Amino acid sequence: MAQLPSQSIPTLTPESPPRLEVRSVSKRFGGLQALKDVNIIHERGILGLIGPNGAGKTTLFNIISGFLKPTEGQVIFNGQAIHTRRPHQIVEMGIARTFQIVKPFADMTVRENVISGLGMPIYPRWLALVQRYRTPATLQASEAILRLTDLTVWAEARAESLPIGLQRRLEIARALATGPRLLLLDEPAAGLTAAEAEDLAQLIRTLNAQGISIIVIEHNMTFAMGLCHRIVVLAQGEIIAQGPPEQVRHDERVINAYLGQEDDNA
Amino acid sequence: MSDYVLSVAVFVGIWVTLALSLNILTGFAGQVSLGHAAFFGIGAYTSAILTANYGQSFWTGFALAILITGMTGAVLGLPSLRVRHDFLVLVTMGVNFVVVALFKYVDFFGGAMGIVNIPAPSLFGHTFRGGAPYLILVWVYALATLGVSWYLSKTWTGMAFNTVRLDEDAAAAVGVSVPRFKIYAFAISAALAGGAGSLYAHFIGSVFPDTFVFLESIAILSMVIFGGVGTLRGPIVGAIILKAAPEMLRFVQDYRFTLYGALLVLMMLFQPMGLLGDDSWLWTKLQRLFRKGS
Ligand SMILES: Nc1ncnc2c1ncn2[C@@H]1O[C@H](COP(=O)(O)OP(=O)(O)OP(=O)(O)O)[C@@H](O)[C@H]1O
Ligand SMILES: [Mg+2]
Repeated sequence: MAQLPSQSIPTLTPESPPRLEVRSVSKRFGGLQALKDVNIIHERGILGLIGPNGAGKTTLFNIISGFLKPTEGQVIFNGQAIHTRRPHQIVEMGIARTFQIVKPFADMTVRENVISGLGMPIYPRWLALVQRYRTPATLQASEAILRLTDLTVWAEARAESLPIGLQRRLEIARALATGPRLLLLDEPAAGLTAAEAEDLAQLIRTLNAQGISIIVIEHNMTFAMGLCHRIVVLAQGEIIAQGPPEQVRHDERVINAYLGQEDDNA
Repeated sequence: MSDYVLSVAVFVGIWVTLALSLNILTGFAGQVSLGHAAFFGIGAYTSAILTANYGQSFWTGFALAILITGMTGAVLGLPSLRVRHDFLVLVTMGVNFVVVALFKYVDFFGGAMGIVNIPAPSLFGHTFRGGAPYLILVWVYALATLGVSWYLSKTWTGMAFNTVRLDEDAAAAVGVSVPRFKIYAFAISAALAGGAGSLYAHFIGSVFPDTFVFLESIAILSMVIFGGVGTLRGPIVGAIILKAAPEMLRFVQDYRFTLYGALLVLMMLFQPMGLLGDDSWLWTKLQRLFRKGS
C-alpha cells in the first residue's frame, strides 16, 4: 500500500521528531486474521486510528508497545527494530501507552501511580534496590504532571476510588511520567461527557505542542476529526483509508465500513 | 528465663523471620508461594553441611546459607515467569516436594538420617548453644529482616514489586521489567529464609528432611495471611501468635496443622486482609482507639 508522506506540522521542540514505522505488520490469532499487511509511518502530530469494533486497533497498539509479537512484519522506532523487544524496553526507548480497559494501580494513590512511571530505567540496575522512590525530585516531577493533567486535587486519593473519566486521565499522567516521545492512547475519551472530552482533546493538543507525538484510537468520529491531523482507518485488520480528516470523512470505503455502526459512535 | 521459654522465644524469632521473608514475595510482589519451607530447608542444610561436614565456622555457614539460598531462590523463581496465580502455587508446592525428596534420598544431604553434630556458633572464643546470646542473635536477625522489608518498601524495587502485584501489564507499561523484579523477589525472600534456616540448624544441632515439608510452607503462609499480608506488623504478629500458641499449649501442638488450615480458610472467608491488614476489623478499631487516646 502506498504511504502518504507524513505531514509537516510545526513543533515547538528543536529535537528531531520521533519516527515510528509499522512495516507490513500482520497478526493472526489462530484462524483469526486480526491485522493484515498494515503500514503506517508517523512522525509528529496527532494521528487518529479509527475503525469499527474488532478492527484490530488495540492489537496494533499491543504490537507497537511490545505486548504482542507480530506474526509478520516489523516495527521500527527511530531507526531501531522494536518488535523483538520487551514492553519495558520499548518504554525506555520513549513509547508509552494507555489501556482501553484502564489499569490503574488500584491500591496506590494517584500520586504514587504517577511516581511509578518516573523510576525506570535505573542504571546501574542495583540502584533500584537502594534508591528511594519518594524524593524531592520525584515529588516535584509528579506534581508537575498532576498539574498538567488536572489531577492535583486527587493526588492523595486511592486510584480505584476515582470515577472512570479521571482514571483515564490518570492513565495518561502515568504514561507521561515515563517521559515518552510517542504516546499511544487507546480510546481515552470513552465514557467521557462532551465537556470532559473537550478538556481531554485540549490536553492532548498541549502534549503534542510540547513535542510528544501521539497516536490516538478513537471510536467517536467527530472527536477524532476535530483532534487529529491525520487519520488511519482500519477495518477487519486492514487499512482502508488514510489521510487528513476531511478526506477520510468522505471516503466511500470508510462510510461503508461505518454503516450500521453509527449507533455505537453516538 | 527458663530454657523452655527461651527456646520458644528462639523458635518464634525464627518463624517471625520466615513469615517476614515470605511476605516480601507474597505480600509485596504478589507471588503466592506454598514452597517457602524449601528455602528454609536449603539454608539449614547449607549451613549444616558446611559446618558439620566441612569444618567451616557458623558465620561462614550462615553467610553462605543466605547467599546460596538466595541464588537457589532466583533459579526456583524462574517458573514464575511462565505461570501465574494458582498455577504458580502448584509449581511452588511441587518445588517443595522435590527439595525435600532430594534431602531425603541423596546421600550428600544425609538421607533420612539428616545431618547431625552441627556445631554451635562461637564469638570471641565463646561458644553459645541456646541461652540468651542465641536468643539475641535470632532476634537481631529477625529485626534485620524487618529492616530490610521496611527499607525495600521505600525503594524503587519496592515500588516495582507493588506494580507487579497490582497489574503486570501496567507494570510493564511504566517500564518495569516484570521478570527481573519477580526474580528479585524470589531471591531476596529466599535469602532471608535461608538465614533463618541456618539459625534453626545451629540451634537444634541437627536437621532432618521432615522439618521442611510442604505442611510447614502452609504454616508459614498461614502466619502471613492470618496477621495481614503485605503489611509489616501482620506477619510478625501472625508468626508470634501461631508459633507461640502451639508451643505453649500442648493440646494445640498435636493439631497445629489443623489449626493453620482452619485459620487459613476462616481468614480467607471473613478477613482476607488478615487480623491487622489495612482495612481489617481489628486494625480499624485499634486505629480509632489510638486516635481517641491521642
Ligand atoms: N489476545 C487475543 N487473542 C485472540 N484474539 C484476540 C486477541 N486480541 C484481540 N483478538 C481479536 O482480534 C480482533 C481485533 O481485536 P482488537 O481488540 O484489536 O480490536 P479493536 O479494533 O481494538 O476493537 P474495539 O473497538 O472493540 O476495541 C478481535 O476479533 C479480537 O477478538
Ligand atoms: Mg480496542
